[in-house]
Amino acid sequence: MNDNNVRIRAEKINFYYGEKQALKNISLDIFANNVTAFIGPSGCGKSTFIRLFNRMNDLIPRTRLEGKIYLDDVDINSREVDVVDIRRRVGMVFQKPNPFPKSIYENLSYGLKVNGFKDKRKNEEKVVSALKKAALWKEVKDRLHDNALGLSGGQQQRLCIARCLAVEPEVILFDEPCASLDPISTRSIEELILELKKFYTIVIVTHNMQQAARVADYTAFLYIGELIEFGITEKIFTVPKQKMTEEYLTGKFG
Amino acid sequence: MNKKITQSIGYSLVCLTILTTLFFLGSIIYFIAAKGIGILSWEFLTEVPKKGMTAGGVAPAIVGTFYLTLGAILFAVPLGLACAIYLCEYSPKSFVVNMIRMSIYNLAGVPSVVFGLFGLVVFVKFFNFGVSILSGSLTLGIMVLPKIIASSEEALLAVPQSYREASLAVGATHWQTIKNIVLPTSMPGILTGIILGVGHVAGETAPILFTAATFYTRGYPDSVFSEVMALPYHIYALMTEGVHPIEQTQIAYGCSLILLLLVSSISALAIIVRQKQRSANE
Repeated sequence: MNDNNVRIRAEKINFYYGEKQALKNISLDIFANNVTAFIGPSGCGKSTFIRLFNRMNDLIPRTRLEGKIYLDDVDINSREVDVVDIRRRVGMVFQKPNPFPKSIYENLSYGLKVNGFKDKRKNEEKVVSALKKAALWKEVKDRLHDNALGLSGGQQQRLCIARCLAVEPEVILFDEPCASLDPISTRSIEELILELKKFYTIVIVTHNMQQAARVADYTAFLYIGELIEFGITEKIFTVPKQKMTEEYLTGKFG
Repeated sequence: MNKKITQSIGYSLVCLTILTTLFFLGSIIYFIAAKGIGILSWEFLTEVPKKGMTAGGVAPAIVGTFYLTLGAILFAVPLGLACAIYLCEYSPKSFVVNMIRMSIYNLAGVPSVVFGLFGLVVFVKFFNFGVSILSGSLTLGIMVLPKIIASSEEALLAVPQSYREASLAVGATHWQTIKNIVLPTSMPGILTGIILGVGHVAGETAPILFTAATFYTRGYPDSVFSEVMALPYHIYALMTEGVHPIEQTQIAYGCSLILLLLVSSISALAIIVRQKQRSANE
């Protein structure tokens, strides 16, 4: 755990929806090529927090951020930074699978197109490689030009992961990626995450404590906008320092 | 038992209202068709009026209505769509913007004859376009603009926010997201609004009364500054002017039937487009 390994650094984050404070003075580091999980009861601010890493909260009116988010030592909210560039480098997979109502191929090539990649053959290679990385290639290779909405929920979510991989991000944010999936699809997504962490820095929000235990190297426990505990997953789950973490993990509340 | 009686009374009342509505609808179609069908012929659709409006066809009126509608749509659609995109995608959610939105929607309730007078003052007189296709189209366009804006905005709002987020999350700009994701997804809804607008424009009389329409032209319009015959106005004129009431009434019914068929086929098109959109989203 050395400083060079830090990919994202959050410093004294306070975040407000209108008058309501959603995040309270949170500071933590996200380490490269690791999986960092955020757990906590609904409404504790975990999704809000990771949506700061790709500035997705910019879309919500009347929000206010205090504190700094650094991606590789660059303050992503500073004026000189292009938000479009940040979002290409920090990909996101959402809670509900949200493929575009277009073909499977177009779902993946879209990100390349908007980022100015025009070489058709190279784009094709990138699409295929992203589908392979997302473990979807075998299932869809014969119907790349079918509508993506015809895929099953689990396939749609892997398509969304592939869509995110196609633009070659450095960090991938997963916002409860298995919330609307069955156990088998959930398992394939979890295996995928473990595979992907070799190449990417991964942040995952999850409702499911076992999921955090299974996939995460680091776990952060949030409660009503506060970071209660953050550390190596094994330690959090076996010897939590805070009484509240222990109570949450053993199901006393949540 | 009491509940059952209430239930059947309620059911009968609802049925009765539906039957009444269907009765009026059916009788409109029946009377117009019965009185108009006799005069319909290839000649009626393709010839100019002859013998002081008692014979020949109404082709110039059909052509005139086509030009006026086309002009109005060419004017209102780009403007209306741009307004809707601004209101839905760009405008801050503020009190002022809401006031603007309310005023636009209120414009939809202004009586069409008022738009007619406005067109006379502004386009015919002030801009000096004269009584012409141009003045009429612009007047009709302004009349239908609020409806185009409202239906387009509704279609844009119906695009799930998750599509926008997904697009932005792969590094698309706001405009790329609108152009590539939001507009194509909402296009069936926008088209439905436009088609219904076309039906509305084609059938309106009052806005073209002082701005575009005339009872009789020798032939077909040769520029946007020509005055034109138009179906709705032609019906009005046939029933209020001229010296051969019996023959003219016949022709008026023929025109009504054409207009009715035109507008209902346009509405049918809108329904088909909407159905396609539903099946595409499933």
